[in-house]
Amino acid sequence: MSNTDFVLAVEDLTVSFDGFKAIDSLNLYVDRGELRVVIGPNGAGKTTLLDLICGKTKASAGSIKFKNQEMTRLPEHMIVRAGIGRKFQTPSIYENLSVFKNLEVSYPRGRGVFGALGFKCDEAVKAKVDEIADMIGLADRLELEAGLLSHGQKQWLEIGMLLMQDPELLMLDEPIAGMSARERELTAELLKRICRNRSVIVIEHDMEFVARIAHKVTVMHQGKILAEGAMDKVQSDPKVIDVYLGH
Amino acid sequence: MDAFKTWLDRSGLASIAILAVLLLVVFPLAMDSFRLNLVGKYLSYGFVAVGLVMLWGYGGVLSLGQGVFFGLGGYAMAMFLKLEASDPQSTAIQSTPGIPDFMDWNQLTALPLWWEPFNSFGFTLFAVVAVPVLLAFIIGYAMFKRRVGGVYFAIITQAVALILTVLIIGQQGYTGGVNGMTDLRTLLGWDIRSDEAKTVLYFVTAALLLASVLLCRWVQLSKLGTLLLAMRDKEDRVRFSGYDVSMFKVFAFCLAAALSAIGGAMFTLQVGFMSPTLIGIVPSIEMVIFAAVGGRMSLVGAVYGALLVNFGKTYFSETFPDLWLFLMAALFIGVVMAFPNGLAGLYESHVKPWLARRKGAAAKAGEPPAGTPGEAGQQASAPASSSPAASHSTQAVAADGGLGIGTKVSSQSA
Repeated sequence: MSNTDFVLAVEDLTVSFDGFKAIDSLNLYVDRGELRVVIGPNGAGKTTLLDLICGKTKASAGSIKFKNQEMTRLPEHMIVRAGIGRKFQTPSIYENLSVFKNLEVSYPRGRGVFGALGFKCDEAVKAKVDEIADMIGLADRLELEAGLLSHGQKQWLEIGMLLMQDPELLMLDEPIAGMSARERELTAELLKRICRNRSVIVIEHDMEFVARIAHKVTVMHQGKILAEGAMDKVQSDPKVIDVYLGH
Repeated sequence: MDAFKTWLDRSGLASIAILAVLLLVVFPLAMDSFRLNLVGKYLSYGFVAVGLVMLWGYGGVLSLGQGVFFGLGGYAMAMFLKLEASDPQSTAIQSTPGIPDFMDWNQLTALPLWWEPFNSFGFTLFAVVAVPVLLAFIIGYAMFKRRVGGVYFAIITQAVALILTVLIIGQQGYTGGVNGMTDLRTLLGWDIRSDEAKTVLYFVTAALLLASVLLCRWVQLSKLGTLLLAMRDKEDRVRFSGYDVSMFKVFAFCLAAALSAIGGAMFTLQVGFMSPTLIGIVPSIEMVIFAAVGGRMSLVGAVYGALLVNFGKTYFSETFPDLWLFLMAALFIGVVMAFPNGLAGLYESHVKPWLARRKGAAAKAGEPPAGTPGEAGQQASAPASSSPAASHSTQAVAADGGLGIGTKVSSQSA
């Protein structure tokens, strides 16, 4: 497969669980600086797609190239170090640690065993934590135990933990699930700011939210891509209406 | 002054200092040489318990085979001592003088090659730590890289403990078999059976144990300690933050193995023998009980746990020899069910708030009438108000399923 200008190039990707093809020879290309939203009915394979890209699930066939580098055979932590960050569906933060510690631990230095032993929280780390905390609106909650945050704040904290690593590709699985209207608005603004210097893939169900943030929408159905393009174009596609929006 | 106090509190140095005074001053003054030697023996189990705090409490990985590393350290030391005790003069009646007696009984006519390096004390000290760490690295790397964890890991470590005892018993000519290595007399010409030597060895054990506690505390306060806690809580999040989770577990396992091995070596020196009955499945589980009773999140608590359970064991096994094992099992189940954070957890959730309340009351009573009672009240209420948070975190740990392995199993099958 030839090299491309895309930050992420997924080609002929297939994964089967006991014969069931959760992803079926799927192709997906994401540009630099693009915010892509993946939608689709339940069981379409959206989360599985993210699992495959970040290495949580191993592909049965096909290739995933990130900046023209093959990712399918790398272990998870090497994929992260290459520059792919993943946020999980349910907020996945360290509940017993403070917000500051949550962010500090995510700083991409001292990642080996002995690196971690010798890690010092110096000015550069503190400055980065402050910058990110400001961005996610938790600057005044740094000392709070993360478990005591509201659900929306937990989601933001996890996004912040990913931003600490400056990933070139950020993948968010339903970032606004369980958020209030106001929190959704803030998240939309946050996402717009985030994707200025990186690519973002978002899985989302809320159509209003999708319309607000998406550059391009990919509709998945039964492990395949059904349609792709601008939101209004996709929304008027009869195939899409049939399987998804019509319900 | 207050800043110093909070620093002491956060670093946990205050409780380590209390333990140091107890071990280095109170016990030696209060006990005769025989009892002090007994405490020294218990303290060598304290090393294992401290290692388990790092591995099980912090790392969330339960090993039921720490006796293996205790044994390897103990046997390495015993081999050196045995060689020293087997000089040609004192073994002149053997058919092959100059080799350990059990080899002679098993028709060996020369010292096996792999025994030779143990003539050197320097090599022995190196081997005490290096051999167990190497084994822990191999087992840990093989298991954790394949994401084996939780109950499966515990069972495998238990199997290793069984294998080692079977191996030692089976290879009688090389290991002394079921009797172990007995009749150890001198260390570099210094009679370790004398009262004076036992007192010195007690202090060496206590000092090494305190140093180990400090080392582990340093690890806990480093980013690595934070990561261990984070892994126990959300392993996938750590993995997808760019960390190789398995290597951190391997590190914790190797650290626990090194500590156990040092404990084993000090045990051999103080007790004067090492045998397979001290390192098999049952002793390995007992070691977990020491850590559980003391509190698997507290280094200092683990030392107290090792002391208390062993005192209890000595007392009850003399008084009710048949009941002891049942008592021990009941103790373990009771601790895991009723207070999963052990004695240290009880201290955090009950004694500390009570002390804070008392201190508050005393401060109020001692306040001169012209003073500012409001301020004293505030000071008193500050530590007291932190108690709900403390009990909250206790509950959070408790909720991860008594043994701390329940969550691991589910995350593994996912």
